[in-house]
Amino acid sequence: MMQSAKLEKPGFPVELSNLALHLALLLGSVFVLLPFLWMLSTSLKEPAADCIIPPRWIPSNFAWSNYTEATTVMPFGRFYLNSLVVAICVTLLQILTASLAAFAFARLRFQGRDAIFLLYLATLMIPFQVTMIPNFALVRFLGWFDSYKALILPPAFSAFSTFLLRQYFRGIPLELDEAARIDGASSFRIWWQIIMPLSRPALAALSIFTFLASWNDFLWPLVITNSLEMRTLPVGLSAFQGQFNVQWHLLMAGAVIALIPVLVVYVAAQKQFIQGITLAGMGGR
Amino acid sequence: MVGSLGLSFVRWNLLTPPTFVGLSNYTQLIARDRIFHKVLWNTLYFTITIVPLQLALGLILAVALNQAIRGLTFYRAIYFMPVVTNIVAAAMIFQWMFNRDFGIISAMIWRLAEVTGLPIQPPDWLNSTFWAKPAVVLLTLWKNMGFTMVIYLAGLQAIPHELYDAAKVDGAGALHRFRYVTIPMVSPTTFFLLVIQMIGAFQLFSEPYVMTNGGPAQATLTIVYYIYQNAFEFGRMGKASAIAWVLFAFIFIFTFIQIRLQRRWVHYEAGE
Repeated sequence: MMQSAKLEKPGFPVELSNLALHLALLLGSVFVLLPFLWMLSTSLKEPAADCIIPPRWIPSNFAWSNYTEATTVMPFGRFYLNSLVVAICVTLLQILTASLAAFAFARLRFQGRDAIFLLYLATLMIPFQVTMIPNFALVRFLGWFDSYKALILPPAFSAFSTFLLRQYFRGIPLELDEAARIDGASSFRIWWQIIMPLSRPALAALSIFTFLASWNDFLWPLVITNSLEMRTLPVGLSAFQGQFNVQWHLLMAGAVIALIPVLVVYVAAQKQFIQGITLAGMGGR
Repeated sequence: MVGSLGLSFVRWNLLTPPTFVGLSNYTQLIARDRIFHKVLWNTLYFTITIVPLQLALGLILAVALNQAIRGLTFYRAIYFMPVVTNIVAAAMIFQWMFNRDFGIISAMIWRLAEVTGLPIQPPDWLNSTFWAKPAVVLLTLWKNMGFTMVIYLAGLQAIPHELYDAAKVDGAGALHRFRYVTIPMVSPTTFFLLVIQMIGAFQLFSEPYVMTNGGPAQATLTIVYYIYQNAFEFGRMGKASAIAWVLFAFIFIFTFIQIRLQRRWVHYEAGE
């Protein structure tokens, strides 16, 4: 009796350690949020206020004009448009190609299937940088350099997404396919009307993961675009940094402009973001 | 891929037709290229600092959050926020934070010196060949620890509660439970994270590109940055391909070693 009472009511020491845990976690949160706050604070400072020692967190005058100035000297609207078009197209195309390939690998029987799948898996080992240069040469040869085609088509195929969806598709009972086939459904219809609707959680997770990866991608858009009109948001931001180096109030305003929409969506749907990235990050296990 | 292997045997600047040079891209890199040696050392430095710290921080956070405490979702959302943050913006913010004269980190160190009366002063972070590397490491940790945290959380939640109860009955304290239940039970997660974080660390590029331009004096130049420089700044496609193949070899060898070593320390449940 004594024993169970002790187990159920933790008592004072446990509450104290809970308090310590909260303090530690709060302190950690402050450190994590510090860069964001520093960015916001600087983005609202007047040019000369960048260089006050010691730095002040709350500017004496809020210089909202930094934002309008940043958007006039750099076409952030255009960068946004490019990033949106690219991320949406890459996500849709990648889901389409990966789910069709995964369907073939998981649900159809044909000669050499497992051999081809192994080859697919082997490409997962190869770092992007190895194929980047031949891809770059190919894109130039096709005359796609500095175009949407170059930004969208090479990342539209992913062995990783294929692998992830194949794992998921294999978990769906095969009897469903067989029953549909007896009713005269084609493979294409089975894919679209049975497998895809049943895979919604995996598809949602993969979409978030792919969208975010494409949205934040830096190296490929950096090498494959040239004109300011074709730059995506990260590359445009980096060009902005190159031009206005040490004008920190402007650079931070640019960073705010680039970050705020994603952070707002994140705060609103953080559960889906974290689930999507956890699931995709673990390869669907 | 075959294209890349072929390219690594030629000298090619994209404008004139490629000329075959055999293995000379590789021999030059290994025997003569001082910068390449520096680049290899830098990449190794980043890998052996970032990967263990990343895993340790992620595990500590995950264990702290894997309790019945209030505000769990709130903390998790905050710690994960840098993961969704664009790396270019993040690197710009950190560059500004590490500014010697007006950055917030220097200001904090001055303040600390003032309060404690100790004779400390902030280093010139990004202009110092010694301190630029830790600055890049800090940015990477800030950016990625939320990721290792959520993966560890998923791993922790799969541990059956009876194991902890049994350990408690046997009189094991919190530290003992962590050492003898948690660590072995999450070792598959650790192994997985170790492999992918290592591959990620080998491929470090955006952080030094935006924050330090690879400097000062190539102190933060990484393998991938060197590939980028050779291919797209110096127009040496062949050499860049050869470096990419060296990178691939490194990743392959290190991953292979990890897979061989895992039997010694990764604990899989019987039947799995």
